[in-house]
Amino acid sequence: MNTNQICKAVMVLSLTIGGAAWAEPEITDSDRIAQYREMISDGNPAEFDEMRGEELWKTPGGPNKVSLEKCDLGKGKGVVKGAYAEMPRYFKDTKKVQDLESRLLTCMTTLQGIPEEQITAKPFASDKKESDISSLASYVAGQSKGMKMKVSTKHPKVKEAYEIGKRIFNYRAGPYDFACSTCHATSGVRIRMQDLPNMRSSKKDAQAAYTSWPAYRVSQGLTRSFQWRLNDCFRQQRFPEPKFASEATIALTTYLAVSANGAEYAGPGLKR
Amino acid sequence: MNTKSMIGFAVSLSLAMVAAQSQAADKAKDLDAKTAMIVKRDFRDKGIAKATRVNQDELQAACSKYVDKLPKKLKAKLEAKESEAIKWPADGKYMGDWKAGEKLAQSGKGMTWKDKAEDPRGGNCYNCHQLSATEIAYGTIGPSLLHFGKERGYGEDIQRYAYGRIYNAKAGNACANMPRFGHMGILTEEQMKDLVALLLDPESPVNK
Repeated sequence: MNTNQICKAVMVLSLTIGGAAWAEPEITDSDRIAQYREMISDGNPAEFDEMRGEELWKTPGGPNKVSLEKCDLGKGKGVVKGAYAEMPRYFKDTKKVQDLESRLLTCMTTLQGIPEEQITAKPFASDKKESDISSLASYVAGQSKGMKMKVSTKHPKVKEAYEIGKRIFNYRAGPYDFACSTCHATSGVRIRMQDLPNMRSSKKDAQAAYTSWPAYRVSQGLTRSFQWRLNDCFRQQRFPEPKFASEATIALTTYLAVSANGAEYAGPGLKR
Repeated sequence: MNTKSMIGFAVSLSLAMVAAQSQAADKAKDLDAKTAMIVKRDFRDKGIAKATRVNQDELQAACSKYVDKLPKKLKAKLEAKESEAIKWPADGKYMGDWKAGEKLAQSGKGMTWKDKAEDPRGGNCYNCHQLSATEIAYGTIGPSLLHFGKERGYGEDIQRYAYGRIYNAKAGNACANMPRFGHMGILTEEQMKDLVALLLDPESPVNK
């Protein structure tokens, strides 16, 4: 066991112990999560994923044996500081609006020469295997911590992505007739005990929700990316699976990111 | 400005406004079409959740387009259509077993891509509604159904009403959040009767 693993084990153990003290019924989930955050304000297990991502960013990899330090995330080659706070954005080279994960996919395929299917086949971390693109996303997102979300819709393609994302947010389908808006367009409601952010009309809710991803999910013991968050929402909506880094997911991300503009980016976060 | 030029100005102004309006409408139509194309292309089969699930029926399409606020006429038309499609129990009975209903109400399982086709499906009731007073982990997206029968009576008319709402909540409110459990084949007739009993059996914890 190296130092990192020991640190992680200690952190998870203290979280588990903290969790056991939660039995009192009058404390809400949100209170508990606030307690969690307080308790681990000096360290979130997501930091290990950020560290892993940083190493991946700087280490030569892929068939081309190059690092990602020449990857342009919108603020110039290799600039990671503040890049996430301005994404999704339009990229001239791909002629596309891209979120962080789809942009990382571009860099990993074009710079490092990794076949796209190799990345998109299993883009999310699991108990069995870590995900490079997910760890990279944690690292890059973490480099915007404390910065104001500033996603510009000046470019017509970004504006269009926002408009399409808004429509996807309200798109009802599947056996349950659900849309994102079924659960996320009313303030102060919950599913079972889980509070639901109103992403349509509460600026405060939209900002708090968006700026906390990627996040370490205590119940899963994994750091989860924003693409994963959308994927799991669609699963619960009883939809088919959204393709990783597809235009639909980027449009929806654009809608949600713009709704969070003005807030300080606070992730990678911590969730139940 | 003389009268003639004033009229001319007013006419051209209103023409410009009409043009701008129709331009905005065209733009919205374009975006609707583009969204439909993207959604159809960007979702794929996973397990039992086939890509075709993104194809909308008339009601889903209308509620999406109008963001759940339908024009009156369309709302009435869709509600009538949903209402007509309700398949009422052939034996004319609406009440099942409230204990089975409580179990169903607790379960939020079924029909995701992680589920199998043959997996039992839950009613998802507690996800959104308060029902039995003893279950405190209830959601609040839907109204509280605590004391449903106690407050409304236990007669056959209310049993039929409850069955209809569970079978197809959209028959009463076209863009309701609640799934159409009978209409979409989520629950069986027997299961829906068990849920009616949960709401309307005087012995059910909902009415205690």
